[in-house]
Amino acid sequence: MLAQGIFAVILLSAILLFVRNVGKIRRNILLGRDVDMSDRKGDRFKTMLRVAFGQSKMGTRPVPAFFHLLIYVGFVLINIEVLEIFFDGLAGTHRAFQPVLGSFYTFLLGFFEVLGLFVLIACVAFLYRRHVQRVGRLTMPELKGWPQKDATTILVIEIVLMVALFVMNAADRSFQLSTAGTMPVSSFIAPFFDNTGDATLSLIERGAWWFHILGILAFLNYLPYSKHFHIILAFPSTWYSRLEPKGSFANLETVTTEVQLMMDPAAAVPDGYEPPTSFGAKDVQDLSWKNLMEAYSCTECGRCTAVCPANITGKLLSPRKVMMDTRDRVEEVGKNMDANQGVFVDDGKNLHNLISKEELWACTTCNACAEACPININPMEIIFQMRQYLVMEKSEAPGELNNMFNNLENNGAPWQFSPADRANWTRES
Amino acid sequence: MAEMAANGEQPEVLFWVGCAGSFDERAQKITRAFVKLLHAAEVKFAILGTEESCTGDPAKRAGNEFLFQMQAMANIATLNAYQVSKIVTACPHCFNTLKNEYPELGGSYEVVHHTQFLNDLLNDGRLSIEGGAFKGKKITYHDSCYLGRANGVYEAPRELIEKLDAELVEMKRCKTNGLCCGAGGAQMFKEAEKGNKEVNIERTEEALETGAKIVASACPFCMTMMSDGVKHQEKEGDVQVLDIAELIAQAKDL
Repeated sequence: MLAQGIFAVILLSAILLFVRNVGKIRRNILLGRDVDMSDRKGDRFKTMLRVAFGQSKMGTRPVPAFFHLLIYVGFVLINIEVLEIFFDGLAGTHRAFQPVLGSFYTFLLGFFEVLGLFVLIACVAFLYRRHVQRVGRLTMPELKGWPQKDATTILVIEIVLMVALFVMNAADRSFQLSTAGTMPVSSFIAPFFDNTGDATLSLIERGAWWFHILGILAFLNYLPYSKHFHIILAFPSTWYSRLEPKGSFANLETVTTEVQLMMDPAAAVPDGYEPPTSFGAKDVQDLSWKNLMEAYSCTECGRCTAVCPANITGKLLSPRKVMMDTRDRVEEVGKNMDANQGVFVDDGKNLHNLISKEELWACTTCNACAEACPININPMEIIFQMRQYLVMEKSEAPGELNNMFNNLENNGAPWQFSPADRANWTRES
Repeated sequence: MAEMAANGEQPEVLFWVGCAGSFDERAQKITRAFVKLLHAAEVKFAILGTEESCTGDPAKRAGNEFLFQMQAMANIATLNAYQVSKIVTACPHCFNTLKNEYPELGGSYEVVHHTQFLNDLLNDGRLSIEGGAFKGKKITYHDSCYLGRANGVYEAPRELIEKLDAELVEMKRCKTNGLCCGAGGAQMFKEAEKGNKEVNIERTEEALETGAKIVASACPFCMTMMSDGVKHQEKEGDVQVLDIAELIAQAKDL
């Protein structure tokens, strides 16, 4: 009874804590500018199904795609077993589903063990890629410190959880007997416990059981602090994927009205029209909530950076860093609000402190990053809006671009040619 | 266009020449080659001439939304006044802006890229390629970002190269994975940021690795970047960078 009570309290606290932290992330995301993305629900559902659920964009890099699939399938299916653990924990039963499901239970648990083994192998492969093989995109400077530690922690936790699952099954003598040594993994560990006394073995089994479920609940609560949150946000993030052709970039409505009024002073000012107070993105609140959701969805795989022409040629720009910086800044703003009764108090900082002009101006807007992202994140949208702030608010475009703007304004072409000469090509050959 | 309108005529298509096609010496050659093909196919087309103005693309990509929308609205006023319904352009940047960013500002037209237009002319039998100036020759095609990834046009330019009976050899990074030439996003008009290499050099090296003696492009800015890259490698006597319209015009001996 005591164990059940403790279990219930821990379970409830873990869930409440998780809900609270997810709520904070939701609040932080909604700090972004509002955009209406409630259209084309059918297309959005299909995109989510294909890209997030079906992982259609992972295959461009087959090796990580294969191992990622193992972890993904393992994670989703093995968690079915957690249902039984919850039930046992709350009801004080032991393997309550076994008598109900009979031989299917044996099959299911065996299947989970195979999946668990695959997850374990995949995690080891990922640790190898990150720390021994040192794959380029997984060892870049922007990953120094916390991001690299975060990635390693996730993999180690998953390995430990799988080992706990195997030990739990192996140390369960009655379970091993009832399944007659058919468990594909734990039946090989069980012989190590052959000479262990019943009481000790039961202690090991209970220990592994508690360790496994506490580990899962702890991992659940680690998610909101980690890049691993992508396992949840990948779904809404792909649902809100941009469905327009990649080349199209939203026109600023506030500018449209201003330009219309400027070009035709006689035009009627729309009712309740207030001239815009600012253009482009100075800080995260100026970005759209969709941009901020993408920042929380990014799992820092670096496929974007690996294909970025600027990064490939040694420039400072890294699309992944743009997403990471955005998330860091939203988190900072969120903590600021927590400390000030829910109101953001100006801290004299903004997103431009994290993302420099040198990075912003190196982008060729080639869309390679957006194409490469397995969950359709678009770092270019953030770069664009930050450029708009630099140009329209601060007049801080590079000198050559100001010359280009002047030519465009005066001659209708980015170069210094007379508009009267535009059709000269028809006369020469 | 003004002439046609004065005579109460409507063209089949408006040829949007673009700033590069109008003013850049190298790109003017592309413009002329494309016009020769339009004449050969007896397409009734018009140009805006001095009434054309930059679409505003470089301003928009550089963050100057005001300038972009001013350009856009002025152009839309001109295009709508002439009741233009279909536009063809040899510049992927103009293509993208006219097709994707003008409709919301009141300018809705059917916009096609010249590679799509030429491919249609050939498929409809209005234009044919005889002889085999490029038969069996290795040609590699450099994807323009604003044509490829931005708008999903990968096949029209490739089909045209295949119609030349040439051997199309792909670079390691092609189609959705194509590497930018380095000109997009207003980079054309400024020095690159500090790095260890220019983007166009990286791309040109990849093009040269294919062993092709002809690098085909479909964008006047890619043309500049790739030509500069070839010169940088001192291969200009050996390797030619040609627009697909020029390839077809040459095959037809126009």
